[in-house]
Amino acid sequence: MATTARPETFYDVMRRQGVTRRSFLKFCGLTASALALGPEFIGTIAHAMETKPRTPVLWLHGLECTCCSESFIRSAHPLAKDVVLSMLSLDYDDTLMAAAGFQAEAMLEDTMQKYKGRYILAVEGNPPLNEDGMFCIVGGKPFVERLRYAAKDAAAIIAWGSCASNGCVQAARPNPTQATPIHKVITDKPIIKVPGCPPIAEVMTGVVTYMLAFDKIPELDAQGRPKMFYGQRIHDKCYRRPHFDAGQFVEHWDDEAARKGYCLYKVGCKGPTTYNACSTVRWNNGVSFPIQSGHGCIGCSEENFWDKGSFYDRVTELNVFGVEANADKVGLAAAGAVGVGIAAHAAVSIAKKKDHEKETQE
Amino acid sequence: MASIETLSQPIYVYEKPVRLWHWINALAIVALAVTGFLIAWPPVVTSGEASDHYLMGYIRFVHFSSGYVLAVGLVGRAYWALVGNRYARELFAPRVHDAYWWQALLHEVRWYLFLVEEPRKHAGHNPLAGLAMFLFYVLGSVFMIVTGFALYGEGLGSGSWAANAFGWVLPALGGSQQVHSLHHLGMWYLVVFTLIHVYVAVREQHLSRQSVTTTMIDGWRVWKDDRP
Ligand code: HEM
Ligand code: HEM
Ligand code: SF4
Ligand code: SF4
Repeated sequence: MATTARPETFYDVMRRQGVTRRSFLKFCGLTASALALGPEFIGTIAHAMETKPRTPVLWLHGLECTCCSESFIRSAHPLAKDVVLSMLSLDYDDTLMAAAGFQAEAMLEDTMQKYKGRYILAVEGNPPLNEDGMFCIVGGKPFVERLRYAAKDAAAIIAWGSCASNGCVQAARPNPTQATPIHKVITDKPIIKVPGCPPIAEVMTGVVTYMLAFDKIPELDAQGRPKMFYGQRIHDKCYRRPHFDAGQFVEHWDDEAARKGYCLYKVGCKGPTTYNACSTVRWNNGVSFPIQSGHGCIGCSEENFWDKGSFYDRVTELNVFGVEANADKVGLAAAGAVGVGIAAHAAVSIAKKKDHEKETQE
Repeated sequence: MASIETLSQPIYVYEKPVRLWHWINALAIVALAVTGFLIAWPPVVTSGEASDHYLMGYIRFVHFSSGYVLAVGLVGRAYWALVGNRYARELFAPRVHDAYWWQALLHEVRWYLFLVEEPRKHAGHNPLAGLAMFLFYVLGSVFMIVTGFALYGEGLGSGSWAANAFGWVLPALGGSQQVHSLHHLGMWYLVVFTLIHVYVAVREQHLSRQSVTTTMIDGWRVWKDDRP
């Protein structure tokens, strides 16, 4: 990389990548609107990108299926995607980068040294801890070691997707590899969780751009998720919500209610318990989202959603008792037993009383 | 301790606010259990436009308003424990540090197992009833209120008072879905209590040596015999 007198800015990088000034300003406008910021912020973003030294992003892959990357590169705004990718791919992403092998590893080293304490570490997937981490080997070493190493000098960490945020399917019971979400391995850095399986592309680019443009992490909720995208449940903004409030529910996948597009609550929709932006941002350039396509939300951005019973039940199985039973099965059994007990006890009480009365009469 | 004295004169046990609270609370619990069950297994409207109906909305409205009644009622009842008579305190403080109390509890258990001929007299709750009320009703309702308002805060939205005060419950208990399930299970905990409670109240009215059901109506504990 050529050494310039002043530190390289994002704007420099973009121009070098062939992004025109006009596209650059458009990108700033798009970013402002994606982050729900007013038009006055377009200038702020542009200024920041022109003057601030760029923050490099290192993107690591652990135990994962790459669906987060797949989602990311399909961002709805091609411009945002190109720009963000051109900023990212310069550094390190073992799936997207051109370099491979030793050359790639050298680049990781290089960025870590040069931007010590300033780079952002984005992690897709998680480290399995069992057998000293041998279930996921990257570059000849357990992934967990590489994660700890790269996290050491990072300014902040983005945990992409449910894998990095919550563990996801590889951490589902019985979790043989002991796959562990990032925040349980790295405890001394700010971690931004972007759960979802995968997260929505626009949410991903939105988070990255916010961090790069404003040089700070977005406002997070108590669980470490950006409030602007995870502040509400699917159910709060679902377009089928009026049917929920009315009491109009689908009960079978082929009933009239299903054809009419009624609420999917009774067939197990997890929208009421799931925090994500699907019902507002939607998927595939805002074309649709699962509920709009007729299937309930499966709660993919919630912790341990694989272990929380059927996707098609409203009252889901409880795993607390080690047996497969939902609250109603447990409750009815208990209430039934108590009812029988009361009836028997009442019968004995009455019989005893009669006996007693007879005795006292005699 | 009251129960060792010779009890013959009627005693004013449950003051008016306690009685009023008891029956309002009983109604609220029944309304909460019915509407809560319907929230989990809602009835279905099949006809017309969504805007013509608001069934689920009304069910949830009744649930949430009864929830407020339960919560405000419990706070009021706790306040009365501070300012009311000695019997008003029993609900919140079973006398577990008192050896006589344990002995009386054992006697009550034996009475229920038909092992003794007659129960002892108790001006306030008998120890078994007192313990059950604390374990089932007090702890159960507090759990329902805490989880209930945590779920309620989700609907009100982040930044609302309920989300601020109880939002922490959701991640602590394993997320919104898990809290729904536990809240649902809590309903059965209270249903089991209510079944036993009503049976026992009616049974004791007839078989014990003192008034019971009527005490929660007019406040007076009346004795059926003069023996200690
Ligand atoms: C004795 C007390 C209560 C009982 C028996 C009860 C029962 C229930 C039941 C069975 C459910 C359905 C759970 C499910 O399977 O999803 C429910 C939901 C709910 N309850 Fe309660 N509840 C009680 C107290 C409260 C209180 C004090 C509040 C506070 C306002 C409350 C607020 C809620 C909320 C917000 C929901 C979820 C509604 C929804 O998802 O649409 N509950 N309740
Ligand atoms: C028809 C229904 C009910 C009847 C006949 C009834 C009857 C009674 C009676 C007679 C007492 C006084 C016991 C004594 O003399 O020591 C009492 C106390 C109590 N009941 Fe009920 N009850 C009913 C429903 C409920 C329900 C649904 C609940 C709540 C789940 C409840 C909770 C309580 C509590 C907590 C006390 C203790 C009051 C205190 O110490 O302040 N009751 N009930
Ligand atoms: S379809 Fe799901 S998210 Fe939409 S209103 Fe019904 S329960 Fe809520
Ligand atoms: S609708 Fe639910 S399950 Fe589907 S992608 Fe969104 S959060 Fe995940």
